[in-house]
Amino acid sequence: MKFTPVQKSANPEFLLINPVRISPSTSSTSTRKIMETSSVWSWKDYVGQILARTTSARNTYLVQPGLYRLGNPDESSLVLASANYKLSFDKLRKSLPGQNLWILVLDTKGVNVWCAAGKGTFGTGELIRQIQNVRLDLIVRHRKIIVPQLGAPGIKASEVRKLSGFSVIFGPVYARDIIEFIRLGLKAPDYMRKIHFNFVDRIILTPMEFIPAFRYFPWFALPVIFLFSLKSSGLMFHDAILGSTPYLISALASIFAGAFATPVLLPFIPTKSFSIKGWIVGLIMALTVSSSMGWLTADSRFLLPVFVFIFIPAMSSFIALQFTGSTTFTSMSGVKKELRYALPVYKILAAICILLVIADKIHMEGYL
Amino acid sequence: MKYLLDVTTLAYKEELCTGCKKCTEVCPHGVFAMENKKARFIDRDRCMECGACALNCDSMALTVETGVGCSAAILKSMITGSPATCGCDSPNSGGCC
Repeated sequence: MKFTPVQKSANPEFLLINPVRISPSTSSTSTRKIMETSSVWSWKDYVGQILARTTSARNTYLVQPGLYRLGNPDESSLVLASANYKLSFDKLRKSLPGQNLWILVLDTKGVNVWCAAGKGTFGTGELIRQIQNVRLDLIVRHRKIIVPQLGAPGIKASEVRKLSGFSVIFGPVYARDIIEFIRLGLKAPDYMRKIHFNFVDRIILTPMEFIPAFRYFPWFALPVIFLFSLKSSGLMFHDAILGSTPYLISALASIFAGAFATPVLLPFIPTKSFSIKGWIVGLIMALTVSSSMGWLTADSRFLLPVFVFIFIPAMSSFIALQFTGSTTFTSMSGVKKELRYALPVYKILAAICILLVIADKIHMEGYL
Repeated sequence: MKYLLDVTTLAYKEELCTGCKKCTEVCPHGVFAMENKKARFIDRDRCMECGACALNCDSMALTVETGVGCSAAILKSMITGSPATCGCDSPNSGGCC
């Protein structure tokens, strides 16, 4: 059936349960128009997904908030809420082939549902605002809205009902379960309620770990190269390469250990602490790198192995700890506890590492 | 996977529970189960302090100090003094979400 709002607003039933307006709408009337979408991805959506997963393009990867028509929904069709991060919205619609329903996109400033719920932008107020802004009460006959379960940290269901008249039904964690959830009469069995963090999830997240880490690499590399280029006779390019290469390799090895190996192998590394996990992987990396490079037996630079065994595990540990922000199961209290122990250690080890590099340089000059 | 044990700020007052089951519905880590029409912890250490249960607990039986379990965000808040939030909307957010 084709959607005709005028006809429905004439129905006294809709006028009766017209919701109370709690906040004046700030957006223009243009958001009231219903937008079209489909469950099919274009090549642009596929390219966009890769860019959003790997680059800062994700910060501006958004869709317009408001109401979308997927398929050919009518007044009895279901309404699903989503965020205006395009990756979230795309995942949702892709999982709905052959369905006819409404998607209500909240303005989360381009942030995914879960993060936005934590911040409160995917929240009770914004949901009510969008329901009222698109006049959902005139569009559907029922008074139900399906909200992703991960939106629950921001959505107080009882409040939404009280202020908008719509009952929130928390849908499954994963969009891929929605069709089954609908088939079961909007019931989610236990398995739909739990979030996972498997091998593929972790691999997908690693580019956003090591790409930012590489951004800091020049801040380490340039001073080291400069230090080793210093000579009484001026700046020496050859000496700079010879002296600094082991340090640059160590830095790259610790990024690999902390930003890639630790996240990917996460459940197989002993202990629950991310800083210790990263340290263990870093230690293995230090052993591998120093023995394969022959640094353990090079008498000429005896300080180098000392540096490698302090620096790589510590740096890997620090980088691995940053992965807590990408996991699905770490808590603020837990991360704070780790930082309480680890931060002072990192500071001391950083100071020791700086001294070791300088001492190595002085030793190479024949003074130590 | 489970994070550090015995750190969560999640607290539960059983006497206030009305047995609405909302917490079992919204928790993404299966922290709760129902028993004799009351919620009960089945694995409190799995709590990640997202706050979904406490927000949706109309009888205020559940409380938790919510926050992001994100080292980069917490470090940033230590330096700037601002509250630790997920920096997903800034270009320097690292891998956070």
